[in-house]
Amino acid sequence: MKRHLLSTADLSRDDAVLILDTAEEIARLSARPIKKLPTLRGRTVVNLFFEDSTRTRTSFEVAAKRLSADVINFSAKGSSVSKGESLKDTALTLEAMGADAVVVRHSASGAAYRLANAGWTTSHVVNAGDGTHEHPTQALLDAFTMRRHLGGLEGRRVTIVGDVLHSRVARSNVRLLATLGAQVTLVAPPTLLPVGIGGWPCEVSYDLDSVVPASDAIMMLRVQRERMSGGFFPTEREYSRRYGLDAQRMAKLPEKAIVMHPGPMVRGMEISADVADSVRSVIVEQVANGVSVRMAVLYLLLSGNQSAIGPDIAENDNTEKKGAGA
Amino acid sequence: MPATSAGLPERARPVLDEADISRALTRIAHEILERAKGAEDVMLLGIPTRGAVLAKRLAARIADVEGTTVPVGSLDVTMYRDDLRLKPARTLERTEIPDEGVDGRLIVLVDDVLYSGRTIRAALDALNDLGRPRAVQLAVLVDRGHRELPIRADYVGKNLPTSQRESVKVRLREHDGVEKDAVYLGTESETAL
Repeated sequence: MKRHLLSTADLSRDDAVLILDTAEEIARLSARPIKKLPTLRGRTVVNLFFEDSTRTRTSFEVAAKRLSADVINFSAKGSSVSKGESLKDTALTLEAMGADAVVVRHSASGAAYRLANAGWTTSHVVNAGDGTHEHPTQALLDAFTMRRHLGGLEGRRVTIVGDVLHSRVARSNVRLLATLGAQVTLVAPPTLLPVGIGGWPCEVSYDLDSVVPASDAIMMLRVQRERMSGGFFPTEREYSRRYGLDAQRMAKLPEKAIVMHPGPMVRGMEISADVADSVRSVIVEQVANGVSVRMAVLYLLLSGNQSAIGPDIAENDNTEKKGAGA
Repeated sequence: MPATSAGLPERARPVLDEADISRALTRIAHEILERAKGAEDVMLLGIPTRGAVLAKRLAARIADVEGTTVPVGSLDVTMYRDDLRLKPARTLERTEIPDEGVDGRLIVLVDDVLYSGRTIRAALDALNDLGRPRAVQLAVLVDRGHRELPIRADYVGKNLPTSQRESVKVRLREHDGVEKDAVYLGTESETAL
C-alpha cells in the first residue's frame, strides 16, 4: 500500500487533524538549538518542480532536511525537462535513482495524480501544486495557522477573496476547511469564479464589504496574470477597489480576525502594504508554519512501514515493491 | 483491588496497587534527593505518556520532602526510535522542556516500565539534541528485565521478573481514567485495554 498526498479531498477529518496535531508538536521542536531530527535518515526526497516556486520548494527542502532526509532538487530549468523530457521519463529516471518521496509541482492539473497512479514510480507522491487544481500542503498550513490563532476551526468563518478561478490554494482550502467544520465564503468577481462552484461546500459572494464584518479569517489571493489570456476585469484599479483589502476595509473586520495570504503578494493590488505589514497579518507566520506542516506530512507518509495519512490506494503496478527501508 | 474494576479480565494479575505505587514514588523521590544531595540542579523529564505523569508526581513528592520545586517536563522520543520503519507511522507526543534548559543539570528520565531499554536509548539521543546535561539518571516504576541494550535504571519502583510472552500494564488515575492506580501482569490479550 503506497499512500500519497494529492488532494485535500482525500483527507478524512481524522487524517487532517492528525497532520495538524503532528505539526503542532513539530513546531514546538523548532525553537531548539539543534533543529534536525534523525527520523528520515537515509530516505531520499526529490523536489520535482516543473513550475517556478521559491517558497514551497524551499519549505519542502527545509522540512525534509530537518528530518535528516537527503534532498534532490529537480527543477525544469537546468534539467533535461527544458530539453523536452516528459513527466514520465523524468519520473522513471527518478525511480531508477531510488527516491522515497517525490514532491511535485506542475503546470498541468492532475499531474501529481498521474505521477502517483500511472505505475511510473513506487515513491510516495506529494502534490506541491498542480495547475489550477490543488495545493494541499498550502491548505494544511493555512488551516494550521488559523487553528492556532482562532483556537479551532469548527464553526469559524473564513473568507477567501480574489482569483478563485486560477487558485489551487482556494480549491484545496475550501475542501479542507469544510472537512474541518469551518464555514467558507468565496468572494470574487463572477468572471474569476470557476464553473460548477455551486457544488463546492462553501458560500459565494460578489460583495466583499458585506462579508468582511462576518469573517474570523480573511485570505487574499493573488490575481494570477500568468494564467490569464483574456480580460477578467476592467482595470486593476477597479479590481483593487472592489476586491482588494486596504486599511479601511480591514478596520471592519471583527476584533480578533486575522489576515492571510498564500504569497507571493502583489502589494497595492489585492492587498495594500499597510495591511500586509499590520499586526493582524499572519503572512510571515504562514511561511514558518509551512515548514512544520510539511515536516508532519513527510513524517506521516514516510516514517513507518505504512503511511498514517491518505486514502488507501491499492498498488496498481506490477513493478517490484520496494520495502520501506530499502 | 479486583482487576475487573479497570476493565481488565480477572486473569491479569495486579502486582502493584495504589498504595504500593505511592510508596515506591515516595522512596524514589527520597533516593533522588539523597544521591543529588538536594534538589538544586535536578530536572525531571518524563517519557510520554505515563512517564510524564509519573514525573509530575515525583516532582510533587520532592516538593513535599525538600520544600523546593524542581523543574519537570516531558520528552517525546518517537522521532528517535529505532523501530520507526518496522511499524506504521506513529503519533507524536508532547515534548515540554522547562525554560531552565538541560545544560549543566542533573536530568532524571522517568518512565513507567523499563523493558528492552530501546526507549531510553532513544531518549538519550533526544536529550543530546537539547543540550549537555551534567549527568543523566533513570527512574522507572517497574523494571521487568529482558534488556536488549546496556542500560540500567538508577531508581526502580519494583523489580518484576517476567516472561517475554507476558505484558506489563501500568494504569494511572490522571492518564487512564481509572479509579485507582495499579500495575498488572498478564498475557498481551489479558492486559489489553
